[in-house]
Amino acid sequence: MSTQATGMPSGAAAATDPSRFIDIQQVTKRFGASVVAVDAVSLQIARGEFFSLLGASGCGKTTLLRMLAGFEAPSEGEILIDGQPMAAVAAHRRPTNMVFQSYAIFPHLNVGQNIAYGLRKEKLSKADLRRRVDEALEMIKLSGYASRGADQLSGGQRQRVALARALVRRPKVLLLDEPLGALDKKLREEMQIELRQLQEQLGITFVFVTHDQEEALTMSDRIAVMSAGHVLQVDDPHTLYERPTCAEVAAFIGSMNFLKGRVRGRENGQAVVEAEGLGTITAEAVAGDLAEGAAVLLAIRPEKMAIADTAERAPAGAVEGRIAAANYLGDRSHYYVNLPGVEKPVAVAAQNVDRETEGWLQSGAPVWLSWQAKGPILLPAE
Amino acid sequence: MSGGALAGDTAGASAQTADGWRSRWGRLYLQSEGIRGWCLSAPALFVVIAALAVPIGLLVLFSFWTQDYVDIDTTLTLNNYQTIADRTIYLTVFARSVGISGLVTLLTVLLAYPLAYYVAFDVTRHKMVWLVLITLPFWTSYLLRVFAWKIILGYDGVINSGLAWLGVIDEPLSFLLYNPFAVILTLAHAWAAFAILPIYVSLEKIDRSLLEAATDLGDGPLRRFWRVTFPLSMPGVIAAAIVIFIPTVGDYVTPTLVGGPSGLMIANLIQTQFSKANDWPLGAALSIASMVTVTLIACLFVWFSKRATEKIA
Repeated sequence: MSTQATGMPSGAAAATDPSRFIDIQQVTKRFGASVVAVDAVSLQIARGEFFSLLGASGCGKTTLLRMLAGFEAPSEGEILIDGQPMAAVAAHRRPTNMVFQSYAIFPHLNVGQNIAYGLRKEKLSKADLRRRVDEALEMIKLSGYASRGADQLSGGQRQRVALARALVRRPKVLLLDEPLGALDKKLREEMQIELRQLQEQLGITFVFVTHDQEEALTMSDRIAVMSAGHVLQVDDPHTLYERPTCAEVAAFIGSMNFLKGRVRGRENGQAVVEAEGLGTITAEAVAGDLAEGAAVLLAIRPEKMAIADTAERAPAGAVEGRIAAANYLGDRSHYYVNLPGVEKPVAVAAQNVDRETEGWLQSGAPVWLSWQAKGPILLPAE
Repeated sequence: MSGGALAGDTAGASAQTADGWRSRWGRLYLQSEGIRGWCLSAPALFVVIAALAVPIGLLVLFSFWTQDYVDIDTTLTLNNYQTIADRTIYLTVFARSVGISGLVTLLTVLLAYPLAYYVAFDVTRHKMVWLVLITLPFWTSYLLRVFAWKIILGYDGVINSGLAWLGVIDEPLSFLLYNPFAVILTLAHAWAAFAILPIYVSLEKIDRSLLEAATDLGDGPLRRFWRVTFPLSMPGVIAAAIVIFIPTVGDYVTPTLVGGPSGLMIANLIQTQFSKANDWPLGAALSIASMVTVTLIACLFVWFSKRATEKIA
């Protein structure tokens, strides 16, 4: 944008590129001399987006979130929110609000007072304040809870109050630090849907930190996968799952079989690969241009493979193996199949739609594995 | 008897009853929370009853008797309390005691809070060293510390000789010692740790994410302190205030040593009744009257500070 290139005018009126609503530019955060929590991360988050930071604990996702909130200052780099550089803006003046992992409900205040806490600066009349609090309570389906004490709430209710307390201030960005981590599975799933609906209703930009990949896939518009202070890949859930660009992302999201291979040539834009256990097959190269003879990893998801108990039932080109272990999960089964020349058993997930005719597969039985044409993808070998 | 091999029936039976009694008692002990509670608290309860409840009961009884020169007249009257109400000296001294203790409490809490805050929030390493340093003065006797203040504040004490040496004053300042100011200073110093430690504990317990939440919701450091940190540290402040106020009202050593006539407190009067004046019933009545008043003041204070905390938020 040309207005941006000439530098920001003093007011915030200048239109900012909506796809760069939050602009994280080469941000590094060091703790002490040796710990680099966030390492030269650049991210753009669009206005109204549900954006997740996904990674194992210690990957730097929470530090990045805390830098957005202003609780930590970047050692290097810059953060802009809605075109405004945040470096000189103290945490209590930022257009962000946070839902803390521990919820941080003020124990000396009741629910209504907790929600009203951040509205002091708006200098509302008593009636307006009441209305805003009541609206917020209605939004989180806790109407009539205003005078409840903080210690009279269940975990799920505390989580909702924390959410309402942050949203009642109508922030430009809502930061959520693993807010569902402490809830049990059923409640968590309910809250995932509710959070997503709320976000769509309000149109507020959500930045959501989680280590739960399923949660991130369910809720997000886009996900940044982080590891050791770096962002590995930023994509929508679908692309992230189907077309991971490196082995680490592929392994972190869902489960994945990795087979060593070597590029033998190209055919119709696809690479021809000689992979251990599967023979020579074609696969799509997701990341990088792979030269002939290059060592690669062939990655294939368990559900993209099919298993048959006889050669006749399997399509042409199936490879023979032997079941090392079979786990029955009701709606589906997981098989671990030893293929000749492959060190680790290959995982296959099969839906138990018609097991009576397809035959029950037991450990030790010979089986034939096949895969979807678009199933295998190529990743650079580590 | 199923064994049959035992020497005698009677011996066997008695052994079994002893055993049965013990196991039955054991079972009862484990099952009943009430019995367990009474057993565990029995030693402390005994001491409290023997050393506290009984003497206080006696004191109450004494306060309704009258001293009749050498004898004690044991008819129950309210004469002692009438005397206390009539003679203004008791009320004056008592009001002064409460005033001095109130000031001591206020001063100590005000001085202790920043230190406790610093140790709780800004000291990250060697917290233990700080806490030990805070209690270090208490490794010497209370008397020694009071005498130390005498040496510091005295006519030719540290302050006076220091100022004279510097040429600031020509003759020693006499208002340093033997007045309420000296009592307040000495008591505030003596009770500092009792204020610092409870306040420190209450500050240390505050979940740091609550402070971040307050910041996140738009509060600058000062407002955050006033709306979150201070109300949440209130239990520590109340505890500190009670722990200092109650014993200092009845303090006897410090006013005796550094108070002078104008720094006399109620405990000194009570002590006089029990010794020189030899009027135990009046002493007892004074004790009871001051005990009841101090309790009332403490209750009022707790109630009021709780209300105030709610108001702040």
